[in-house]
Amino acid sequence: MAGVAVSTTINGDNVEYLCQPDETLLDVLRDRLGLTGAKEGCGTGDCGACSIILDDRLVCSCLVLGAEAEGRRIETVEGMAHGDTLHPLQQKFLEHAALQCGICTPGFLIAAKDLLAKNPDPTEEEIRFGLAGNLCRCTGYDKIVRAVQDAANVMKGA
Amino acid sequence: MNFDPRFSGRNFTSVGTRPIRPDGVDKVTGRARYGADFNMAGQLVGRVLRSPHAHATIRKIDTSKAEKLPGVKAVITSTDLPDLTDGDSAMYDILDNCMARKKALYDGHAVAAVAAVDARTARQALKLIEVDYEVLPHVTDVDEAMKHSAPVLNDTIFTEGVEEKPTKPSNVTKRTQYGHGDVHEGFGQADFIVERSFKTEQTHQGYIEPHACVASVSSDGTADLWVCTQGHFVYRQHCAQLLGMEASKLRVTSSEIGGGFGGKTHVWAEPVALALSRKAGRPVKLVMARDEVFRASGPTSATSIDVRIGARKDGTITAAEATLRYSCGPYAGMWAELGAMTAFACYKLDNVKTVGYEVLVNRPKTAAYRAPSAPMAAFAVESAVDELAKEIGMDPVEFRIRNAAQEGTRSSYGPVYGPIGIGPTLEAAKNHPHMKAPLGKNQGRGMACGFWFNFGGQTCTDLNIGMDGSVSLAVGTVDVGGSRASLSLVAAEELGIAYEQVKAVVADTSSLGYNDMTDGSRGTFSSSMATISAARNAIKILRERAAQMWDIPVDDVVWEKGHAIAKGEKYGNLAALSLKEIAAASGKTGGPIAGHSELVADGAGVSFATHICDIEVDPETGATRVLRYTVVQDAGKAVHPTYVEGQYQGGAAQGIGWALNEEYIYGKDGRLQNPGFLDYRIPVCSDLPMIDTQILEIPNPNHPYGVRGVGETSIVPPLAAIANAVSNAAGVRMTHIPMSPPRILAAIEAERGG
Repeated sequence: MAGVAVSTTINGDNVEYLCQPDETLLDVLRDRLGLTGAKEGCGTGDCGACSIILDDRLVCSCLVLGAEAEGRRIETVEGMAHGDTLHPLQQKFLEHAALQCGICTPGFLIAAKDLLAKNPDPTEEEIRFGLAGNLCRCTGYDKIVRAVQDAANVMKGA
Repeated sequence: MNFDPRFSGRNFTSVGTRPIRPDGVDKVTGRARYGADFNMAGQLVGRVLRSPHAHATIRKIDTSKAEKLPGVKAVITSTDLPDLTDGDSAMYDILDNCMARKKALYDGHAVAAVAAVDARTARQALKLIEVDYEVLPHVTDVDEAMKHSAPVLNDTIFTEGVEEKPTKPSNVTKRTQYGHGDVHEGFGQADFIVERSFKTEQTHQGYIEPHACVASVSSDGTADLWVCTQGHFVYRQHCAQLLGMEASKLRVTSSEIGGGFGGKTHVWAEPVALALSRKAGRPVKLVMARDEVFRASGPTSATSIDVRIGARKDGTITAAEATLRYSCGPYAGMWAELGAMTAFACYKLDNVKTVGYEVLVNRPKTAAYRAPSAPMAAFAVESAVDELAKEIGMDPVEFRIRNAAQEGTRSSYGPVYGPIGIGPTLEAAKNHPHMKAPLGKNQGRGMACGFWFNFGGQTCTDLNIGMDGSVSLAVGTVDVGGSRASLSLVAAEELGIAYEQVKAVVADTSSLGYNDMTDGSRGTFSSSMATISAARNAIKILRERAAQMWDIPVDDVVWEKGHAIAKGEKYGNLAALSLKEIAAASGKTGGPIAGHSELVADGAGVSFATHICDIEVDPETGATRVLRYTVVQDAGKAVHPTYVEGQYQGGAAQGIGWALNEEYIYGKDGRLQNPGFLDYRIPVCSDLPMIDTQILEIPNPNHPYGVRGVGETSIVPPLAAIANAVSNAAGVRMTHIPMSPPRILAAIEAERGG
């Protein structure tokens, strides 16, 4: 099967790749481009571990085809920090121990970034519903919610 | 060197603080490498063909068409994994579970596997494998499987542990019994007796990371395995034994692990990946899809439990009895036995008897799930305890306090307790503000207790001091939730240096001696003991080197706050030597400085918890909402309190999912109907409230810092605590877990109708 040539932007960089027509964007990111921050927990859009931001919209990259990224703008967890300065969400996840195993963490960080971009001052309930598409089996979510609340406060002050 | 593991009180400097974990930045930037994040040059993609039948004889497997497909490099069946288990029935079961030999025993049982140049070719190849099945009658329900009329899974199984050896094979592999006293006499003394039967459905650990590995077998007989596992040393042993390799020729590296909870203590795909790599002569990456994780790995037992408890009017329990039936999947296990041991462990009982039955069913091989078997037993017992308290007219907390086990109590499973936390957690719960908070309409409060043994086991640790005075700590227990931070704190504490001076890593199997796996809540307990021992050994060498630098007897050198100090007035002019200074001079005083430790971490202190929760039930739909949740648990000593809280919260959340929603649903055809996160729904963020925690510290006398394992006990009380809360809210006793809306509604309607 002939490959599809795709030209896209990932974390601000121009990227070109060839992919199969039936290949997911998640597989392209992980297997072709070496961006393994996005994880496959289910492959069916139920766990959110592969969350990325596509043209300002939060999506599961396992439900997007690699070919669909043509001309789009992709943000992944690898692009969250500025140089060696962590994004406030990354910093607060560390301070609050909002991760145990950490497999869901990239997806939560991306989902939380998208949430705070749209709602910079969310209530606890808005955070809980905003992150309801991401599964975490370790933490019981308590420390994740607190980390996002704390990061929101820092980002408001910035 | 003799190591004294006994607890000695001390003022901690590092232990008990809450620093950022050493592996944290990699995990928030996407750099941390998990099972599926590793690749090798020339690597092939492995895929497994699985049985669509719950029970079937495999007459023939024809792989010839698959082998001819361009891009396919290896196809294997059970003939490529010959039986090398030499009469070891437990290993034979593992082998048979990795790749079915004569029969497929559950929907999802592996029957063949391929390695191909890419995923698409591998998928196509699976479709070309022809398996000739003779479908057999199946049984998936634990009670049905015990009936004489049930199809027998394995005709070589004759129930063990019964007085007369059975003449016919059955699905009951073993009967076990625990207890003491005379329950018949005890029930004779009772003024009130509660007797109930309970059921719990099968759940999965639900780790977000599917099983993943990369196997590379070389033509010289050596091999490498990269894998997400809770115990890479155990995986090495099992894989080496199943493939006929020497263990030292197989290097296993544990990746970062994306959750395990007991589910990554068993090999499934790894021997298959190694066999594929051996046959293909190239590295093979094998990653399970989510539906494979549900169909073929994991689950806990489904159970059926009868409980009978009697008490006097004054609230003293006079007798307690339980019969516990646990499903094991198609292979023998000791799941009911663990239930029988833990069921009444919270209580001081003169007369107690528990009987467990291990039951084979056509479901995946049961695996450990966080305090395996204890939550179901606690659900049954703690529900009955609550009901009995009500009948007597006592407050359920007071009733439990009155009967709680204490130091010196002979436990229901045999040993006599040392200092334990059941009484203190109950007292803390009684005095917690949560207990006094008002409840609204359709809301109920429940509480329950839980017990877990905890485990110690074999542990090996290296502590190497660099020339710059920084410390590398190499541990062999996989870090499942922050233990590298905890162990760095312990090394810093013992050496008297800063946390930042220590860097902990999980070493591979070729770099360190054998370690048992991270299970039984042993990671921080056992590896901290080994770290303390290694640090003490290093301190002995540091003292010797300082003595050499000063040219004084080593007995005159003591170690305090990270420095060697010459003891005695005659050394008044000698300035203390820091660890850094001694390390810098090490090249001239005898070479590298290191401390090693190899030990069996005996004396894991038993663990108790009490949970309180408030639940609202919608009487029209049966839907529930968790309003408030509080965990009180004894940690012995919380090394990194934030991660201890995390263990408490995580266990509670898993228990909430188990209690209210999660279950394996099988069709009449014996196929799993909900092998995905959409239909097997674990709690999401919007399902839960904040989970309040209270850490009690009752020192474990068998650990230098008093540490107890904390990982598992938190999943033991939730099923019962929530069942008690729902029962109080709905006004009807719930006896079947999960308490999904249809079950609650049916119970409410039956109560109304009755």
